[in-house]
Amino acid sequence: MSNSNHHTDHATLAEKFNRDEARVNWHDETLWFIRQKRDRAAWSLGNEWEPLRETASAIKAHTLSNLSDYLQQFEKAAQQNGITVHWAADGEEHNRIVHGILAKHNATQLVKSKSMLTEECHLNDYLKEKGVEVIDTDLGERIVQLAEEHPSHIVLPCIHWKKEEIGELFHKHLGSPEGVIDPSFLTNTARVHLREKFLTRRVAITGVNFAIAETGEFVVCTNEGNADMGAHLSDVHIACMGIEKLIPKREHLGVFLRLLARSATGQPITTYSSHFKKPREGQEMHLVLVDNGRSTQLGREDFRNSLKCIRCGACFNTCPVYRRSGGHSYHTAIAGPIGSILAPNLDMRQYKDLPFASTLCGSCSNVCPVKINIHEQLYQWRQVLTEEGYQPKSKTVAMKAMAATLSKPSLFSIAGKWGRKVMGLVPGLVSNRLNPWYKQREMPAPPEQSFTEWYKQNRKGGKS
Amino acid sequence: MSSRDAILQKVKAAQPSLLPLPSIEKQPREVDAVKQFQAVLESIGGKVVFLNAEESIAEKTVALFPEAKRIVSSITAVQNYFFSDYKSLRHHSLQDVDVAIIEAQFGVAENGAVWVTEEDLKIRVLPFICEHLVAVVDSTTIVATLHEAYERIGASAYGFGAFIAGPSKTADIEQSLVLGAHGPKSMTVFLLH
Ligand code: SF4
Repeated sequence: MSNSNHHTDHATLAEKFNRDEARVNWHDETLWFIRQKRDRAAWSLGNEWEPLRETASAIKAHTLSNLSDYLQQFEKAAQQNGITVHWAADGEEHNRIVHGILAKHNATQLVKSKSMLTEECHLNDYLKEKGVEVIDTDLGERIVQLAEEHPSHIVLPCIHWKKEEIGELFHKHLGSPEGVIDPSFLTNTARVHLREKFLTRRVAITGVNFAIAETGEFVVCTNEGNADMGAHLSDVHIACMGIEKLIPKREHLGVFLRLLARSATGQPITTYSSHFKKPREGQEMHLVLVDNGRSTQLGREDFRNSLKCIRCGACFNTCPVYRRSGGHSYHTAIAGPIGSILAPNLDMRQYKDLPFASTLCGSCSNVCPVKINIHEQLYQWRQVLTEEGYQPKSKTVAMKAMAATLSKPSLFSIAGKWGRKVMGLVPGLVSNRLNPWYKQREMPAPPEQSFTEWYKQNRKGGKS
Repeated sequence: MSSRDAILQKVKAAQPSLLPLPSIEKQPREVDAVKQFQAVLESIGGKVVFLNAEESIAEKTVALFPEAKRIVSSITAVQNYFFSDYKSLRHHSLQDVDVAIIEAQFGVAENGAVWVTEEDLKIRVLPFICEHLVAVVDSTTIVATLHEAYERIGASAYGFGAFIAGPSKTADIEQSLVLGAHGPKSMTVFLLH
């Protein structure tokens, strides 16, 4: 695969992404535009929004504190509904289970809708080796699959692709006319191509957005309708989920579905919110519950809250580092701020660089619909990694200073004043190689006044 | 030990002591539910058509889709188009349906969604596989928010249920919105007075 970047770190990969300045600017602006749509959607709920986030966060906290019971309650209810429930300790076991179901049905082909969990487990590669053909049916995922890449964003898998490139890709693989780059033409090409797959494949895999302990049902959200096309036309439906996707009751969906699409894309709800409770008559329905490090994360008090994540992608869209470094620079299935908390849990050595791929500005925590303290956890990971001796070398000097200043507000304002003086005199000095944010970027002109100074002056003025 | 038991044991050991489950606070809304439903549905690419009791669903559908060759309905009362053979029908054979007419149980004002279950649809794939979708909804059923929606759904039994809000769509190519990704290219809600 062209982007199995296991031996390079975020900074190196970000540098690669930054070589194409026009693309980076487009990427940056587009994601910011989506962030603004999210803001408008949130504001449209007025004073309901913040309490909704609080409630969602508390429901998740409660669920995590009682997860072993809820998992058993869910399993029992799902089985009563006629769903076969499987348990996988890790990605490897998950893949084996899925392949076992396929083998039982002599199936060598399947359609799959978006599931970040199967990305995390590298299911496609595993099945390919076993001679099974997997067709990703989400348009963005199909595009990156044809290009032999992985999604660069959990909600917008091919946000790093330009329509000219997609036109070329479709011309090569799907036979669209050369030079055609019109999005609706290309979408239609994919529609026709994938419809044939939906109609001929007997097995469908979907992800899961929420699973309800009380009723044993699970909910899948899409805009394209690809999960439903696959699942309802299949003889065998396999749904794969991480164990943290549980919520206690059906009524809690009211809270989470109000937040999910508004946070993800600014829509009031996804086009389809499908509740799968029982298999269709004559159909077989399987559900695979996957741990893969989640129980370990649950035991890490400082990082436990990361399991509240509903994979909306809002923290990606708002992150100044993600927007300008691209999803592939994170070299993990789930990129962005939340991915940088989840990945080191699985492998500290391989992902030691990710908690450092952040300015700790806190924008992620501000938009997160389940109020995960993302930037604080990133900071905490830095400390853990440093203690365990995993700190990436290039960041040591600059980041130590950064960590020190950020933990002491008084130093921060002095550094700001000092920084402005130095930059005003010799701009080149700040743009040196010790500063990891300098590359491919011109430092903006220092403001006349820092925010702290402005705040102090104005507050003093107001007080006296 | 099975993976199941090992996972449960690990989870039990890792989870913190029990935290309280909050109640869901609903804030009363002073809105014209029908008006908001229409405005939101139109903003996400759907259409709303008001229908009087004496108007025929079938005739209205034909008037809206004069070129449709195959119209199928899961509503028994829409006699001309009701698929009485739905029990034996191969679901894949619906792939050339131009217009599907379904009945939804209620609508949601805040997001323009309608709620349907397998009972209403008869065949699950029907509202997804058709080129155009018509959903018939009684205008008095529209609730303000999803909280009321789930109150209404309550503990009802269904094998499959879905909120459907507008036509199938994607913006995966450079964020340009295209209607009709895999499912219907249009969704029209017939609101019955
Ligand atoms: S961490 Fe929060 S903002 Fe980021 S994807 Fe998860 S739920 Fe969304």
